[in-house]
Amino acid sequence: MAVASESVEPAATTPLAMGHQYVAFALMVALLAALPFFVYPVFLMKALCFALFACAFNLLIGYVGLLSFGHAAYLGSAGYLAAHAAKVWGFPPELAILTGTATAAVLGLVIGALAIRRQGIYFAMITLALAQMIYFFSLQAPFTHGEDGIQAVPRGTLLGLLDLRPTTTMYFVVLAIFLGGFLLIYRTIHSPFGQVLKAIRENEPRAVSLGYRADQYKLIAFVLSATLSGLAGATKALVFQLASLTDVHWTMSGEVVLMTLLGGLGTVFGPVVGAFIVIALENYLAQLGAWVTVVQGLIFVVCVLTFRRGVIGELGHLLKKPL
Amino acid sequence: MSSLLGIPAQALFGQLLIGLINGSFYALLSLGLAVIFGLLNIINFAHGAQYMMGAFAAYFLLHWAGLGYWWALLVAPVVVGLSGIVIERAMLRWLYRLDHLYGLLLTFGLALIIQGLFRNQYGSSGLPYAIPAQLTGGRDLGFMVLPNYRAWVVVFSLGVCLGTWYVIERTMLGSYLRAATENPALVQAFGINVPRMVTLTYGFGVGLAALAGVLAAPIYQVNPLMGADLIIVVFAVVVIGGMGSIMGSVVTGFALGVIEGLTKVFYPEASNTVIFVIMALVLLWKPAGLFGRAQ
Repeated sequence: MAVASESVEPAATTPLAMGHQYVAFALMVALLAALPFFVYPVFLMKALCFALFACAFNLLIGYVGLLSFGHAAYLGSAGYLAAHAAKVWGFPPELAILTGTATAAVLGLVIGALAIRRQGIYFAMITLALAQMIYFFSLQAPFTHGEDGIQAVPRGTLLGLLDLRPTTTMYFVVLAIFLGGFLLIYRTIHSPFGQVLKAIRENEPRAVSLGYRADQYKLIAFVLSATLSGLAGATKALVFQLASLTDVHWTMSGEVVLMTLLGGLGTVFGPVVGAFIVIALENYLAQLGAWVTVVQGLIFVVCVLTFRRGVIGELGHLLKKPL
Repeated sequence: MSSLLGIPAQALFGQLLIGLINGSFYALLSLGLAVIFGLLNIINFAHGAQYMMGAFAAYFLLHWAGLGYWWALLVAPVVVGLSGIVIERAMLRWLYRLDHLYGLLLTFGLALIIQGLFRNQYGSSGLPYAIPAQLTGGRDLGFMVLPNYRAWVVVFSLGVCLGTWYVIERTMLGSYLRAATENPALVQAFGINVPRMVTLTYGFGVGLAALAGVLAAPIYQVNPLMGADLIIVVFAVVVIGGMGSIMGSVVTGFALGVIEGLTKVFYPEASNTVIFVIMALVLLWKPAGLFGRAQ
């Protein structure tokens, strides 16, 4: 079951050994705070939403060894609910995001409870199939407006204080949400709970024989991952003022796998880097139509055959420090 | 017109037939997946793309080589199967030592490449492929008209499924295959060339997908994305049946096709999702699948 074990060095746990991760984190924050003054902020917000999505996905594949092939369900359904809450119910942005995130959490609880009944390859197939069910539901349910999606979602005023319509304000709110989610995941994987998750990834029967209820740990990790994916989806709906079928389709589930694989499975910063690379690539290749799919497929094949550590995993290997 | 439970008999039997047709494809595809998984421990995500390649191979054979449906039924699975053998030799065999999930990711990437290339060339709209002259028309059964081609698809795929079951469960070759599934190292020690068997098995599984594609070409149009959503349903079929048994995947495939067809009659809104709901129920009741063995 050890997906990432061959590519990831054992995580350092003492504060001193993790010093380089703090340096990397400070660098990342500085870069993200400065970038909107040089790069188109809407592109950055999109990348940040996907970075959070990929980090949430990585929590499962990288630290529990579970490949979920249906994470689009949480991104998309949270987007729909947040957009519906903001537009139809007139919720302020904080409550709209909360509604979307809570939807993803509940959905994650139901799907997770079903999927963890099988292991390995079956787990991937079950999550994919159940996510496809959510897709068909979104296609048929009246409130999602089918192919049109929910358009012209108002961004509103955050906590009654911050008008989110100016792009720069929205950017720093998205950055704050991303960093909050990122730190929550960082804290989780370095906590005793996270150590148990890694133990389950490495050898589930042994973890069970040590008295850990592996299924409960897996389910909690699954719900956490789904919830944070929902947070990313709800935020994305407000940024683009749109919730559409793209975000619930299985191609989106594949994209988040690609981001995480390219950045580095089971690395702290890998999913962020992977998300920025994939989003940038899609931006530049957008006019080439179906070639985007071909390029994505090629990256998959090359990564699996020759580059299983991913960009950050490879970098961490060179520096001999887990990043 | 006679009716059953308030549903016109014509509609009921019509949907039942469509269900059987879909069931034929589910059975052929999940059979291929099960055979591949048994020996390679890889879930072949490219299966839907290879099904599509089978349909396109039939189309090319007709338009480039002037070979009709009956030739396509023979040639397309061989050609697409050979492409599978190349994939196995060039890529998949490097992954056997690794976690199974890498096989899934690699074949997912291959599916994206194949579907993307075909979409670039042929767009998203379907290309028509005619029903062979011998099988046009239909016969009147009294309660409904049975189109000949559809009857042929059901009978032929049932035959292929039973044939595969016979070869694997009742012949010498099949016994090698089953032994290698249990313990490849031991079988290799007996002097049987297991790597070659693995290659041929992958080629055979891919060939089955292509065969399903040729059968599907006259019913659905030939479309680059025809296998993309289908493969997800087939995954659900495989989870429901469990991949431990050949007969299990065949029975599950046909049964779920029929159930899906009946749902279209009684509650059409749920026809897209009924198989996934059944999968959820089976997971609650019998997590290893109906025919699967608990690990």
